[in-house]
Amino acid sequence: MKRTLALVLSIVLALAMVFSLAACGETADTAKTPENPVIRMSTTTSVNDSGLLPYLLPVFEAETGYTVEVQSAGTGAAIQKAVDGNADLILVHAKASEEEFIAGGYGVERLSFMYNYFVIVGPQGDPAGIADCANAAEAFAKIAESGSSFISRGDDSGTHKAELKIWGDNAPNPETDTWYVSAGQGMGACLTMASEQNAYCLTDKATFLAMENKGDLAILLAEGDDMKNTYSVIACNPETLDGLNTEGAQALIDWLLGEEASKLIAEYGVEEYGEPLFYLIED
Amino acid sequence: MDKFAEAFGYLFSLDRELVQIIGVTLKMSFFSTLISCLLGFPMGAAIAAKKFKGRRTAKRILSTLTGLPPVVAGLIVYMLFTRYGPFGSLNVLFTVKAMVIAQVILITPIVASLSSAVIEGNCRTIRETAIGMGLDGKKTFALYLTENRTALFSVLLTAFGRSIAEVGAVSIVGGNIQWKTRVMTTAIMLETNKGNFSFALALGIILLIIALIINIGASLISGEEPCDD
Repeated sequence: MKRTLALVLSIVLALAMVFSLAACGETADTAKTPENPVIRMSTTTSVNDSGLLPYLLPVFEAETGYTVEVQSAGTGAAIQKAVDGNADLILVHAKASEEEFIAGGYGVERLSFMYNYFVIVGPQGDPAGIADCANAAEAFAKIAESGSSFISRGDDSGTHKAELKIWGDNAPNPETDTWYVSAGQGMGACLTMASEQNAYCLTDKATFLAMENKGDLAILLAEGDDMKNTYSVIACNPETLDGLNTEGAQALIDWLLGEEASKLIAEYGVEEYGEPLFYLIED
Repeated sequence: MDKFAEAFGYLFSLDRELVQIIGVTLKMSFFSTLISCLLGFPMGAAIAAKKFKGRRTAKRILSTLTGLPPVVAGLIVYMLFTRYGPFGSLNVLFTVKAMVIAQVILITPIVASLSSAVIEGNCRTIRETAIGMGLDGKKTFALYLTENRTALFSVLLTAFGRSIAEVGAVSIVGGNIQWKTRVMTTAIMLETNKGNFSFALALGIILLIIALIINIGASLISGEEPCDD
């Protein structure tokens, strides 16, 4: 008994050593590594969880020899990390917060380069009857009127800010309006909750399409003048923040705005979902 | 620093939402601890003192389960109570009940494991005493627990600490819903995700203060004395 245990342990130990050695080897042989090869990117969950960055960045990394470390969180946290000096650039989608970031001296320039649409998803039966609404504000009014459940991100994220903007002065009170659920969680968790509770939810289209288990949820309202979702990239300001990889951040921004990335972005999702998940901003 | 002031300002002005969150936290931790101990103490005593088939296996399983990741406990409860799951019709998901169930799954093995270690230490002596006193099986079993009450009380406090500090399971099955299932830990997580790092830290300190008050209260009740007196 003891002997077998010792044998199993030593095999496990040996395997662990082999794997850690292999991992070391991988990082060792990048041929044309730039001087400062690590770029720290702070971004929102929607561009990362939808698979866009995992799809784009390996191409950039292979071409330039940079390594991009992506930290994804809600827009609030994504920006705060950059303010704290823990990122070289940000890729987010909340105009007001972005402008505040630049006004505070933390960012250089806001470069909006792609957009998509928020969609309202809900139970297929559409109890509030929002499918024919002209825009999201009208749909929200109908949801409120019918008292159907609505899941709000409630986490200060870009999507949450967009939702609050659509509610405007009619924002429900999560304490007294029990149909309005302020979940304080990420997009995926909120969509799961909406599917569990037959509730409506405002989401970016990419995350919804990429969701595995949609249950009864369907996209009920897809386009409206108030549902555009613009993504921007901002390099952090080396005059305010220390220890930045400004050169790397600029290389990544140039690449993202360049022809090759544009082509890749426009193609992303077409094969899998029959439509692109992100559109380019033509200037 | 002003964020710290803000957080404590909330606490001392008895901000309604913060008070409600603390209330939910205490309610959840109270029931999680109570149920885990009601299940875990007898389990621990049985494993320490009773002779039965598969005792060693049971012991192994329990000590393995003490390493159960909270997220997995959360997932198990989620799968059980999801709308199309076996108990979906009970409408328990995203309520405090679901959070307590997940925590009981998580904490009972810890209580059972720790209490069996405690009782193993003196169960022989206790059994001899019980035989001497002519007690029956049930009373002897009760004696294992009552004779170890001080040590078991600290097991209970460990269970409480685990419960009040836990975030992985409760955020999955509770959903962190404002005014309903939001507890201190999920509120801290939310503030962290918002980028309000110092406010989140202040909430963490408030949580620790609550734990401290409860521990002080507990030590007053148990009246523990050093043996070197």
